[in-house]
Amino acid sequence: MSWWKRLKHGISTPTKEKKETPEGLWYNCPTCKNVVTAEEHTTNLWVCSSCDYHDKIGSAEYFEVLLDSGKFRELNPSLSSADPLEFEDTKKYINRLADSQEKTKLRDAIRTVSGKINEEKVMLACMDFRFIGGSMGAVVGEKISRAIDYCLRYNTPLIIISKSGGARMMEAAYSLMQMAKTSAKLTLLSKAKIPYISVLTDPTTGGVTASFAMLGDLNIAEPGALIGFAGPRVVKETIGKDLPEGFQTSEFVLEHGFLDFIVKRSELKEKITLALTMFRN
Amino acid sequence: MPTLLDFEEPIGTLLEQLEQAKNIAEESDVDVSTPVRELEKKIKEKRKEIFETLTPWQRVQVSRHPDRPYTLAYIEHITQGRFLELHGDRNVKDDKAMIGGFGMVDEQTVMFIGQQKGINTKMRQFRNFGMANPEGYRKALRLMKLAEKFNKPIVTFIDTPGAYPGLEAEERGQGEAIARNLYEMVQLEVPIMCIIIGEGASGGALGIAIGDKICMLENTWYSVISPESCSSILWRSWEQKEKAAEALKLTAQDMLSNKLVDCIIKEPIGGAHANHENVFERVKAEIKKSLAKLQEMEPEKRIEKRIKKFCSMGVFQE
Ligand SMILES: [Zn+2]
Repeated sequence: MSWWKRLKHGISTPTKEKKETPEGLWYNCPTCKNVVTAEEHTTNLWVCSSCDYHDKIGSAEYFEVLLDSGKFRELNPSLSSADPLEFEDTKKYINRLADSQEKTKLRDAIRTVSGKINEEKVMLACMDFRFIGGSMGAVVGEKISRAIDYCLRYNTPLIIISKSGGARMMEAAYSLMQMAKTSAKLTLLSKAKIPYISVLTDPTTGGVTASFAMLGDLNIAEPGALIGFAGPRVVKETIGKDLPEGFQTSEFVLEHGFLDFIVKRSELKEKITLALTMFRN
Repeated sequence: MPTLLDFEEPIGTLLEQLEQAKNIAEESDVDVSTPVRELEKKIKEKRKEIFETLTPWQRVQVSRHPDRPYTLAYIEHITQGRFLELHGDRNVKDDKAMIGGFGMVDEQTVMFIGQQKGINTKMRQFRNFGMANPEGYRKALRLMKLAEKFNKPIVTFIDTPGAYPGLEAEERGQGEAIARNLYEMVQLEVPIMCIIIGEGASGGALGIAIGDKICMLENTWYSVISPESCSSILWRSWEQKEKAAEALKLTAQDMLSNKLVDCIIKEPIGGAHANHENVFERVKAEIKKSLAKLQEMEPEKRIEKRIKKFCSMGVFQE
């Protein structure tokens, strides 16, 4: 697998060179404070080699991790929000969108691509948390809907990597209805007996958890991800006391029966390949 | 005296005057029939005037009016007591915030399901303020599957400030429970009608609101978040709820204009709380009319139309 070789390449960086890495190119693990070079961090697939903390990454990184040679063809790359409600809070939604697009170089909070995972053709949708908290508005709903159309047309398995704070408030009821829209589309995929693997990553909450993220044929998650419906702050306010250790982590959600298994990022491609092979053979 | 919202105060003043006039008549022989008639006319006009120009936030307040009828009251009236309440999700427990069962609408058996709020302090606790736990959504789904088995149409009443955000709700998979309902309701073979009778807050509302015909009572709201929570998150203050209510376009009229619901059921003058009987009759008439129409369609066609409707929701640019 060329993918593996390429990423492993950096590991052999001699210590001499490491010392010359300029300041700011270091990665400081927020959990265990372990420090590595940014290059090493990338080689480790953005996972702390010391404590296994899975750093939040975006769609570009997941495409790199999962797709053969990092190659893909993106569907509807220019689809973006139209602000039908002309929503304004302390800031106009259109300005918020423009700022986010400028800052992230993304059009919205999800990208859908076709590519290959160990030779098998897949439709891969991946959310970007950096874009307004990975929130789901009409664009996220429509892109998932069209990705499913693609899967139905070409009989391609669907993989969605969720990473989202939930529905996008600035699209109000339109965003709420994306839960219905994506769930409705998934029933068609089921009827066509096409596999859907849902990968829940840190964080997956709100309307995304309460729709497509929990509806996979397999629901799998990266270790230590925050997964829940209500956010931890809201739950804490409701019960009026501190939350138990490990509440709403992947491990907690697995223990309560809502995940099939937890998978390290370094094994994600392998495990997905195995599952798809088993579905097919 | 009925409970009055702040903007209903002018009506309150008139109601007091009416009370006084009636007291005078009781205590003396003065003929008050003329002033009484005039006051009653004035009250009616005042109600009309106030309720014709409600702001979105005021409608939110009306939707939560303590005298407003709740799900079981609708069912009781519409079925004239021919209602068989069914309990439990067959798994964890019986959620008191979500009720359901078979009822007779004249000669037609219907599966009724809805969130239930309490009518007094004690009952509000008992009903968990209409906030269902996962077992509530799973109970709802069990009953919907039962309706499908016996080929009976489903009517859901939506009235919730949201799905319960508790610790045990998370342990038992609140997100999965709601997601499963959306997924299953899409493909149910029987007609489904959903009526928002009070508050339609977020995923907790949507969890029983996938259907062929979605109606909102005139003074209800339906959105992704309550105006208060929206204010606290986007404005970082609880004080901007009026602005948030405007911005969310959450009224029945807005939701209909944006094609996110299918119809509005008018309320009597002064709101549903001013005349329960009247609103029950209006809702019953709409149920009978809509179900008759939906039942004419083949199940496959109905499901196809249902999916198409939800899939057309959302505005974006290429
Ligand atoms: Zn670490």
